[in-house]
This record gives sequence, structure tokens and C-alpha cells, in this order.
Amino acid sequence: MKTLRVFAGFLLALLSICAWSAAAPVDGGVLKFAVGAEPPNYDCHAQSSFAFIHPVRPHYSTLLKFDAANYPKIIGDLADSWTVAKDGLTYTFKLRKGVKFHDGSTFSSEDIKATYERIRKPPPGVLSLREEGYADISGIETPDPSTVVFRLKKPNASMLANFASPWDCVYSAAKLKQDPRFPERNIMGTGPFTFVEHVAGSHWTGKKFDGYFEKGKPHLNGYIALFVAGAPMVNALAAGEIMAEFRGHSPADRDRLVKALGDRAVVQESPWVCSLVVTFNTKKKPFDDQRVRKALSLSIDRWGGAQALQKIALVRHVGGLLRPGYDLALSEADLVKMPGFSKDISTSRAEAKKLLADAGQPNLTFTLTNRNVPMPYTPVGVFLIDQWRQIGVNVRHEQLETKLYLAAQQKDSPTFDAAVDFNCDYMDEANLQLQKYLSHDKSAINYAGQTDRVLDDLYDKQSGELDRKKRIGLLREFEKRALEQNYTIPTIWWHRIVITNSKLKGWHITPSHYVGQDLADVWLD
Amino acid sequence: MLRYIIQRMLLMIPTLLGVAVLCFFMLRLMPGDPVQMMMDGANVSKHVLDAERARLGLDQPIYIQFFKWLGAALTGDFGYSIWTGKPVLYEIGIRLELSLQVAVMATILAVTLALPLGTLSAIYKDTWIDHVIRVFSVAGLAVPSFWLGMIIILGLLTMFSWIPPLTFTPFMQDPKANLLQLIWPALAVGYRYSAVSTRMMRSSILEVLQEDYIRTARAKGVYERLVISRHALRNALLPVITVIGIEFAFLFGGLVVTEQVFNLNGIGKLFVMAVSRGDYTMIQALVLLVSVVFVLVNFVIDMLYAVFDPRIRYR
Repeated sequence: MKTLRVFAGFLLALLSICAWSAAAPVDGGVLKFAVGAEPPNYDCHAQSSFAFIHPVRPHYSTLLKFDAANYPKIIGDLADSWTVAKDGLTYTFKLRKGVKFHDGSTFSSEDIKATYERIRKPPPGVLSLREEGYADISGIETPDPSTVVFRLKKPNASMLANFASPWDCVYSAAKLKQDPRFPERNIMGTGPFTFVEHVAGSHWTGKKFDGYFEKGKPHLNGYIALFVAGAPMVNALAAGEIMAEFRGHSPADRDRLVKALGDRAVVQESPWVCSLVVTFNTKKKPFDDQRVRKALSLSIDRWGGAQALQKIALVRHVGGLLRPGYDLALSEADLVKMPGFSKDISTSRAEAKKLLADAGQPNLTFTLTNRNVPMPYTPVGVFLIDQWRQIGVNVRHEQLETKLYLAAQQKDSPTFDAAVDFNCDYMDEANLQLQKYLSHDKSAINYAGQTDRVLDDLYDKQSGELDRKKRIGLLREFEKRALEQNYTIPTIWWHRIVITNSKLKGWHITPSHYVGQDLADVWLD
Repeated sequence: MLRYIIQRMLLMIPTLLGVAVLCFFMLRLMPGDPVQMMMDGANVSKHVLDAERARLGLDQPIYIQFFKWLGAALTGDFGYSIWTGKPVLYEIGIRLELSLQVAVMATILAVTLALPLGTLSAIYKDTWIDHVIRVFSVAGLAVPSFWLGMIIILGLLTMFSWIPPLTFTPFMQDPKANLLQLIWPALAVGYRYSAVSTRMMRSSILEVLQEDYIRTARAKGVYERLVISRHALRNALLPVITVIGIEFAFLFGGLVVTEQVFNLNGIGKLFVMAVSRGDYTMIQALVLLVSVVFVLVNFVIDMLYAVFDPRIRYR
């Protein structure tokens, strides 16, 4: 009996060791993954595409970052700790010590200051896409090499999360001093991987940075980001030639890959901070009439559409202006009370017909301008047209190349009637997602052309409101107004599906395809 | 002969100039803004967009942009890609070897197949040999190269769970890796290419075999093999050379879809990307490059005509 117990104990210990070793990261190997497009240049501050983040982010660190395994938790990257003053006007960051840039120079608070000064006040010739996100900062101080203090003009509810933006790559102050445009053509950060080469149109290679500040990381010896999209990318995944594509796959690709890879396929799915919206050109008749816009929103069966479309497209979730699941978003119980979100589609459509008749548009005909991107623009466009047909509205589907599509939405002289537009951000944050609904002169991504100072005022109030409860109240008011006026209407939120090879470990899906891509924790089994 | 060469060379200049002018102005007439494309959907204010346009020189009058570009192009400077900011010639240069190699490999395959098959088909007209070759060549004409490429890829994936390498390795660096990647697109493209050439070879030989000098040779008792190889083949080659030349030039920049199917980083893919991004400088340089290739290939064809046909040489 005793022998049996000893043997059982030994077996248990062995199994524990095996289980531990199976979960413990293994060092070595080169990760090959696909990126569906290619970045135009190397400057994080001037980019907005995943095509940039996926190959370039592993070279850089940011002040804070999102913890991909526990999204939306924010953790320090170059910051060791931080405090926010009660009035929300001062952010103090204590920085990691002993951090080195890839050229061997020492990182300090001056690098953080130079980086954020470049973002919020770009010198002549430098492009910064995020000036407005840091417009509330009044000054940056560096009392010592490991402390940086941001002072704000007014409170900003999203400021801490802004510091976790994957776009805010920290550059060397010395390099920026020599040439403010240095990052456009050079890669030099403090991230887990150093830059090896970029062969335009082909691939991007990174190599493990031995001096990375997190000891024992990264686990990989390097990575190769291959610029491959569409069917060749799916084929490469199926053949095991690449381990992943991190943006997302369609349901059809998922099914094909699961079939091809069998138990080597790891499927991770998540709601996505991306949605397709319909923008009405309010400068054009009859879309200047709120009744017409509301009728068109009311006639869309979003709940039924989500059920049907999720089988063929990467859309799944019904939500308002904020992603369903985000803690500031409307609950389903509240959402169904909003115009256009009722589950009783017959009643909604009857109301829509009445509104069109009242507006003198019982036989409305118009063109829906869409992007000729198959997933998910085309299926959503076709779905919308079918929905509007059911209240007697005749819509022509115009799918354009991106260049022509953007030209049709020129802010100064838009030519479209209604357009399918996208709203995609790097995190769940009302300050980002609501930008599209602000007045024409307040938002560069508003193509509807309206001026609505009520919405602008509500936005400003919620943006500066640090009391969560009060902020939610303001957000509800904003949403109610926006969904009543319908300048821009949400359709269905996206659903992210990522298939990785089972050899790839340590990567976690998040609702954003921009975060969690520094590859520091990723390893190959 | 020298006069003939000079004449042909001088004709290239107005042709290329015409292409440059047409391409430059037609691109500007198209709606769309490359700067807006670069910022695709980003929340960027108007002053940022204007500053970027100014930096790229797109805010200047079109005729000034044209003369600046033309002046630089005449000195061999084709400017910088609007999209990547890298020199256009660098972007083209890194893709040139691959495109040239695929074109050369496909041409070798096509010529190797077309000359004997076309000749056999003509000699054995209406026999089973002719029928088999005709079915082979008609199928080659009917099947698009990109479709054949897709079938090849799916076949390799299904049967061997393998696909050709995704990155290009120069032949001199690693011939095996190079051929493993490029043999498949060369096969897919070369099959159609050989089909066109086989058909041309067959009809050309059939036509030549009706000529008086062939009848004369036969009447003189020359062996049939000599009649074919010395008299018929040489004369029948002229139209085939034209087809091969034009196909080669087409392959150089026209493998748009096939390059997508095999994920080849070639000139065709670069063309597609440049057009979709509205990268004016890149498109202009590529159009000019492809035009130069076409003009040069036609020049070489004209020279070969002179080699094969003494009447042209002595005119």
C-alpha cells in the first residue's frame, strides 16, 4: 500500500512537472506571421493602420500599455508606476531604470518628454495624427531622469488610456534633436526586438534585443512579418508556412483553416472595437430631413441582421455608439429602447414608412456609396439595401476603389447620398468612438456634414467628467440625441476571429487589433 | 542596316515622350487624393492634410509638377514614392529581378515547347499528333494563367501540405529556394504563352509550306527534313518572334493577377499597389518602364527581322 502511495505521489509530481513545463515559455525560434498590407513609413506618430502596428510595434515601447491577457487593464511599459492627482490635472510617472535603446544609449524622462512634445506639437515637416488627443496637456516636466510629469489644462477622462496608445512609440530625444524626422526612415526604440530589414512588398524582420528591460523576454529569437493577404495568406496558414495573421479572419476562412489544420488550429474570438456605420450627406436633400434619416435607421433589423450576417461576415454584435460589452456602453435592455434598435421590426418599419410619407418621400431612391472591400463592406451594404427595400426605398449600390470612395466623401464637397463608413479604434473609449458623431467643424472624421452644438457640448462635458456615474449619464444623453438625429447611424459591430497555429503560445486576443502586439510574451512551442 | 537601326532608335523618343505626357496628365484627371489615401480614415485635421500635400509638392500647379518631374526624369531621377517616401528606382529595382526571371523562365518554357510542337503539328497536319497538340494548345489559350496558378497552389497544398516559399531568394544566392518559388508561376504563365506561340508556329509553317520556294526545293529533290529545317522553319519564325517578343514584354509588367496568386513581389504587384494607393510618381515610372521594355523588345524584334530576312537587311 505504501509503495503504491509513493508511486502515486511520484506520478503526480511527474505530471505536475510535465504540466508546468508544457505551460512554461520556451525560448528560441523565429515567428513568421502575415500582415495584410504594408506600412507607408516607419513613424508611429504618423500612422493609423494595423499594417504598421503589427510589424513595427515589437521594436518600440510605450509609456503604458494594455495588458492583452486582461484587456482593458492598463499596465506600465516604460512606466514603473504612476499617480493621478485628484483633480485629474497632474499625471506623474516613475520610469523604469536601466532601460536601453537599441543603439545602447540610456533611456530617460527626456525621451518621454521629447516623444510627447513631438506628438502634441509636431515640428514643421513632421506629421502627427494625434495632436488632438493630447490637446489638453499644458506642459511636460522632467524633474529627474526617472520621473515625468504631465500637466493638463482641464481634466480628461481618457488621458490615462491615451498614454497606453500603441501609436505613441517612445523615441530617443537625442535622435529627435538631430533630426525630428528621424523615425520616418529609421527604427530605433527600446522594444523587445531590434530592426533587421524591411524588403518592400515582401517582408519585415526583427531580431531579439538582448538588452530588453524585461529580463527573460522576449522569448522569440526573432520574427518575420510577411506582407501577404487574401487567399495566399490563408493558404500559407493552412500549410503551416506562417503561424498567424493577427488582424482577423472571416468565418469562411476560419472554417477552412480549422478543417485544414485540425487540432493544430487555435481559434480565438472576441467582440471588436470596430463597426460599420451609415453616414447620410446632410448637406443634400432629402437627407437634410431628420425624418428621412430616422426612417432609414428604423427600417434596419439589426438583431436579425446580426444573426444572419455573422455566418458569412465578420460582424456579429448589436450595439449603439459604443461597443457592446464596453463598460460605458448601453446595456441590451436600454439599447432596445433606442430608435432603430427595437426587436419589434414590424412596428419600427411601419413607423419608418409613415415618417417617409410625412417627409414627402414615399418612393425614396438614392445611392449607397460603399468601399469595394469584400469583408465586411459588401455583405453589410447588400444587407442594408435589402432592409431599405422592405419599406419601399430603392437603393443603388455603388462600390468604389478606396481612392474614389474617399474622394466621394471629401469634406468640402461631398458627392455621396449615403455611405458605408467605418469606425475603428485602438481601445474602447467614448472620446474616440464618439468623434464621428460630432459636428462637421469639430471632427475630421465626420462626413455627414452636420452642425449640432448639443452633441458637441455633451461630448465636451463627458470628456472632462472624471466621475464615472456622471459620465455615463452624459453619454446616455449623447447617444439618445445622436440616435434620434441619425446623421450617422451604427449598423452592426464587428467580431474578431484570429486563427493561430497551436505552436504559437502567449498571444491573447483583445477587442482591438492594434494592442497586444509587442510580441514580448509570445513563444513557440 | 545602320540607317535602319538609327531610324528605329529615333522613333523611340517621341513614343516614350507621348507615353510620359499622357500618363502624367491622365493620372491627375482622375478623382481622389493620395494624401487622403495615406491617412485612410484617420482623424486628421485639414491643416495636417494640407501640410502633407505641400511637402509632397502636390499643391503646385499641374504643369509645374510636370516640368519638374520631366526635368528630373531626363536625368534619371524618377523621384520618390508618394506612399513609401523611398526612391522610385529603389522600389522598382528590388522587384525587377523577380519579374525578369519569371518572364525569362516562362519564355524559355514557351519557346522550348512551342517550336517543336508547332512544327510537328504543321508537318503532321490532321493526324492524331496534330489533334493532340491542338487540344493541348487550345486548352492553354482557354485556361487563364491565374486560374491555373490557383489550381497549382491548391494541388500542392492538398497533396503535400506545402506551398511555394513566400519570400524571394535570388538565384545566385540559393538556386533551389529560388526555383522552388518561381517554377510554379513560370509554369502557369508559360503554358498559356506556349499555347499562343504553338498556334502561331503551326499556322506560320503551314503558310510557308505553300510557298513557291518550298515547292522548288522539293522539286529539286531536297530531303524533306532539310526543306523544313533550312527553308520553312527559318521563314516561319518571323511572326513567331513577334509573338514571343510581345508576350515577353507583357509578362514583364502584366502578371498582375498571377503575382497576387503566388504572392510574388514583382512589378505587376507593385503596379496594382501603386494604382490603388494613388502613388503618382510610382505609376509614372512604372508606365514608362513598361513602355521602355515594349519599345526595346520591338526594337530587338525589328533587328531580328533584319537578321532572318535579307530583304530588310539590304533595303
